[in-house]
Amino acid sequence: MTDRVPILKLGRVLLVSIQIDLEDQTVLDLQDDLAERIVTTGAIGVVIDITALEIVDSFVGRMLANAAAISRMLDAETVVVGMRPAVAITLVELGLSLGGVRTALTLEKGLALLERGRATSADRG
Amino acid sequence: MTRLAEDVEQTVPIVSNDDVVRARQLVRTLAQQCGLSLVDQTKLVTAASELARNTLVYGGGGAMHCATVRRDGRRGVHAVFEDSGPGIPDLDLALTDGWTSGGGLGLGLSGARRLVDDFELDSRTGVGTKVSVTKWAR
Repeated sequence: MTDRVPILKLGRVLLVSIQIDLEDQTVLDLQDDLAERIVTTGAIGVVIDITALEIVDSFVGRMLANAAAISRMLDAETVVVGMRPAVAITLVELGLSLGGVRTALTLEKGLALLERGRATSADRG
Repeated sequence: MTRLAEDVEQTVPIVSNDDVVRARQLVRTLAQQCGLSLVDQTKLVTAASELARNTLVYGGGGAMHCATVRRDGRRGVHAVFEDSGPGIPDLDLALTDGWTSGGGLGLGLSGARRLVDDFELDSRTGVGTKVSVTKWAR
């Protein structure tokens, strides 16, 4: 049996805080669960907190990129927060710069980014 | 170049997804013992994760052998990933960024090579694949 990463709802934002050493199946489940929850909750944004992750390899990196792309198609924005400096250095050297993924240093900044983004699109009508 | 094993080699069978997690954890423990910097630990554990996954997904399962080593007064971690899978027909192609025979991103092997100090790839079609890596403390 594999663990599932909990997805919390905080207002109109979904919050995922990854606290376990991820198995590949858990990573795939999270990607599917997120898409499902975005639609059922009508969330406008997703924050994925990776503060606790000691490594992000190509598999997890791909999940982050996919989650960002999938949520965008479902009218929600994804922000990855809390990446450790060593993880950023390693990802770039690995060849994965996660171009399509928005990041913020902290959870607070990530949430602020989502609120700002929504305000801007509301202005545009 | 002589590379002397410091400790008894430890082996982790890699036959399921949670074995990949176990392999990562062992490599992290040894990297900490060797005094690798945090960035170097992260690079080595990430490389180990890529290679362990390759052993499982492309090699059909196998094992990782891992030990702390010493050379010229420097300590390091040496890890060998072995499988008896189909082998890699074209090694140069397999080491190219973005090339994949499976559904991955094609960064596993080429990326892992960039993340370690020593990298050896030995593969024979129909016999299996062996990847040896070492990361040295600075």
